[in-house]
Amino acid sequence: MSALRFEPDDKYNAFLTVCKAPEGGNGKLSGIPVAVKDNISTQGIETTCASKILKGYIPPYDAHAVELVKAAGAAIAGKTNMDEFGMGTSTENSAFGPTLNPRDTGRVPGGSSGGSAAAVASGMVRMALGTDTGGSIRCPASFCGIVGLKPTYGRVSRYGLIAYANSLETIGPMAANVLDVSLLMSVIAGHDRHDATSQDRPYSHTPSADIKGTRIGIPQEYFGAGVDPAVAAVVKKAIGRLEELGAVTVPCSIPSMEYALAAYYVICTSEASSNLARFDGVRYGPAVEIKKSWHAAFQDARREGFGPEVRRRIMLGTFALSSGYYGKYYAKAQIARENIRKDFARLFADVDVLCGPTMPTIAFKLGEKSDPLSMYLSDILTVPVNLAGIPAISVPCGTVQDMPVGLQIMGRPFEDERVIDVAYAYEQGGQP
Amino acid sequence: MVSEKDVEHIGELADIGIDAAELATFTGQFNAIVEYFDVLDKVHGDDAGARDRYNILREDEAEPSLPREVALQNAGAQEDGFIKAPRVM
Amino acid sequence: MTGPEPETQVVVGLEVHCQLDTKSKLFCSCSTDYRNDGPNTHVCPICLGLPGTMPMVNKKVIEYAMKVAKALNCEIAEESEFARKNYFYPDLNKAYQITQYDKPLALGGYVEIEGDDGKERKIQLTRIHVEEDPGRLVYMGNAERGRYSLVDYNRAGIPLIEIVSEPEMRSPKEARKFLNKLRATLEYLGVFDSDKEGSLRVDANISIKGSERVEVKNITSYKGVEKALTFEVTRQKNLLRRGLKVDRETRHYLEARGITQSARSKEMENDYRYFPEPDLRPLRVKSWVKDIALPELPDARRERFVAQYGCSLNHARTLTGELKTANFFEAVVAKNKDSCTLAATWIADTLTGELNYRDMGIDGVDPVKFAGLIALLKAGTITDKSGVEVLRAMLDEQHKGETVETPQAIVKRLNLGKTAGDDGAIHAAIKEAISENPKAIEDYRAGKKGAMNFLVGQVMKKTRGRADPGELNKLMETALKSLE
Repeated sequence: MSALRFEPDDKYNAFLTVCKAPEGGNGKLSGIPVAVKDNISTQGIETTCASKILKGYIPPYDAHAVELVKAAGAAIAGKTNMDEFGMGTSTENSAFGPTLNPRDTGRVPGGSSGGSAAAVASGMVRMALGTDTGGSIRCPASFCGIVGLKPTYGRVSRYGLIAYANSLETIGPMAANVLDVSLLMSVIAGHDRHDATSQDRPYSHTPSADIKGTRIGIPQEYFGAGVDPAVAAVVKKAIGRLEELGAVTVPCSIPSMEYALAAYYVICTSEASSNLARFDGVRYGPAVEIKKSWHAAFQDARREGFGPEVRRRIMLGTFALSSGYYGKYYAKAQIARENIRKDFARLFADVDVLCGPTMPTIAFKLGEKSDPLSMYLSDILTVPVNLAGIPAISVPCGTVQDMPVGLQIMGRPFEDERVIDVAYAYEQGGQP
Repeated sequence: MVSEKDVEHIGELADIGIDAAELATFTGQFNAIVEYFDVLDKVHGDDAGARDRYNILREDEAEPSLPREVALQNAGAQEDGFIKAPRVM
Repeated sequence: MTGPEPETQVVVGLEVHCQLDTKSKLFCSCSTDYRNDGPNTHVCPICLGLPGTMPMVNKKVIEYAMKVAKALNCEIAEESEFARKNYFYPDLNKAYQITQYDKPLALGGYVEIEGDDGKERKIQLTRIHVEEDPGRLVYMGNAERGRYSLVDYNRAGIPLIEIVSEPEMRSPKEARKFLNKLRATLEYLGVFDSDKEGSLRVDANISIKGSERVEVKNITSYKGVEKALTFEVTRQKNLLRRGLKVDRETRHYLEARGITQSARSKEMENDYRYFPEPDLRPLRVKSWVKDIALPELPDARRERFVAQYGCSLNHARTLTGELKTANFFEAVVAKNKDSCTLAATWIADTLTGELNYRDMGIDGVDPVKFAGLIALLKAGTITDKSGVEVLRAMLDEQHKGETVETPQAIVKRLNLGKTAGDDGAIHAAIKEAISENPKAIEDYRAGKKGAMNFLVGQVMKKTRGRADPGELNKLMETALKSLE
């Protein structure tokens, strides 16, 4: 083991914690500084989820993915900023201030893994771990002009990932290029006996740029209402380039996308309302006031410890699960989810991957989306993937107003390799 | 329509500590979002949860627990190895 | 119409929580053997509910729960799953309990008990499900110095099964019998240790037919159930007698005071917001049932004791009511093959009573030494009365932690050997009794039958019970006749 020097000039508030002399080791990632999103537990390093309610919390254990990254010789460079508990699309919902987009500091980096994306995009680290619940890796990758993979659900252990919405989220790799994303993926994928939802599907793939004959579905909903025509045009051009590289495109439709966003928000807020109840200041976090009665102390801790978006989502989820509403919201959302899975399965019987924009717009200006619902609506193109549990990658494919646009490539369950290959093909041959 | 009274009740259920001052804003946002959720009324289909994996289990083997000082390193007030918590009425 | 008046018909249903005796906890690998260790010494990130941790189901828990389900004639569900029960409490590490809700492991089944009418009855079960135990809270402080609580998570994650009965018991006594039978069955299955403090906890619902149902929570011992329910029956009957109505409510049992007390109404409004645990996968284990071997269960053993050892039904019931007692009996009769009924009587009646009196368990009693005592009784070496004295001496020695003597040694030390007819001591005692009680002699001469018994009793006292009662009667009669 050897200590590295890591003293980045963090102009973008990408890091919440910087490890100035991280230890590296030998292996696939020898001596490479890797940034870790602050909702992934790191033994001995403060892990806050960008929330006041976890200020000072030092996990006594490493997340499985962190264990693997360390075992591969990487040096944990620090913990990156994020929307509090992953709840947001801009990294503005951090209790410790927003992260700025390195491409334009007047704009957001996307979220919720905005710190990881900014750390990579600015060159402070070569790679980073993010997490993706409804687009939280792909959105900031798109907004910052880097590559981010949301792996198949179950392919990377979630053990140690501080849960926001267990059934939707996953840890995934972020880097400036596809090869580095693939390399980091090869380190973190695989079975973990501590995660009952993880599967024994390791990843040991060498990306190939040969996509001749690959059938690409183009869902009309990814180019419909709400998608900035300029963004759509850039993405269409990129898809045209894939055709030139030998891929075959097929127009298609995902009818269930009509209610995907509603289903997503019902499920993620329901799970969050339960997951976030444990932050009571008893076992960890700022200590609860023991002189008060339990409920008074608990309410105070949560009012002061959680930001407005987190409180809003806890309320929404509590509502969706409460007696009298469970059938209307939670149960219906599960059926919607099943319909979305079936829609994808039907499409993947005919095509190998689906392509479209990652985000409907380029990065918004700081403070632009002050209304919660308008922020939620920007997740429309990323959440279907999480509902279906399939892999998807965002790879830069051009710019609008000098801001990056991401091409999203979605694949069959456990065909992370294929979405990597298509992204690699575009990356290698994207510019004619 | 979700009323301020409903939101207050949900706040109580969630133990989230809603201030009277926040109630109107929260209720407004809540209504906009819940109205959006109503698209789910259109959803039809079979019962969900057609999950493909079952019986993910571990063997009954005991492993060492954490040393107490590590287990309690993040806890606030302590007394004789216990963690102190508010009274429960 | 016969039978009780409608307004006095009691209806009881039970929810019984039993800790399963596995090596490790339900969702993590911490040891379950925490009772002799300090607080928070059997905890890990998972059972502390640290952020990011995930549960992983202990297979043995499912096997044990299925064993219970099979023994109680339940149907294993085709598919079952875990769900979160959300509520806030400092001892609840994750602010939700992982339990089973609308898809429990097992459905139906029954427990057979001897009803109050003396007939065997089947008490139907609703379901059996698996869940985790919360931690433990200790209340501290007082009104002046401020109250607070202390939390210990050693218990958090200990596997529990909850066995829910239909409301089919008709008295607190039937509830006790149900519990005793259940406990015996669990012990026979080797999945439960009733000696461990708090290993069995009961919530009961009880109503007088036609009135509202009351839930009594927090009964932490099986002995407490009959007391708590008896208190409730009286309380509810008194209300009805005074023309008041019984409120539908939750009450807590206060073990120390033997009463129930109304819980806050807030608990009634609890909305637990159950939903399937997203970190776990469903169970499909029905096909395992056929491979689960069951040991001999209490009913079968009771019948065998009657058939094989000639025990009376009542003795057999008592002996098989607890696994340890049944095993003890069989260990004793292995040494005394021809004194089974004597051993049954002495264990079911005498030993059980003496142990209860001393609040001792049967565990420490040496079956070999006890068999020695039975042998002495069988041979007529000592009287029944002396037998009790020997047994008490043995138990007292054990209770004090001293080396327990053999029965033979005790007989010798206390000179308890049965006196024979030619024993000088007994003749002397008769002589003394006669000369000390002239009034009794007069009564005897007057033909009063009781006088003879009185004199025999006096001799028994003087010989400290060593005299054989039959023989003594004869000797006394001869002595009295010789006076005439």
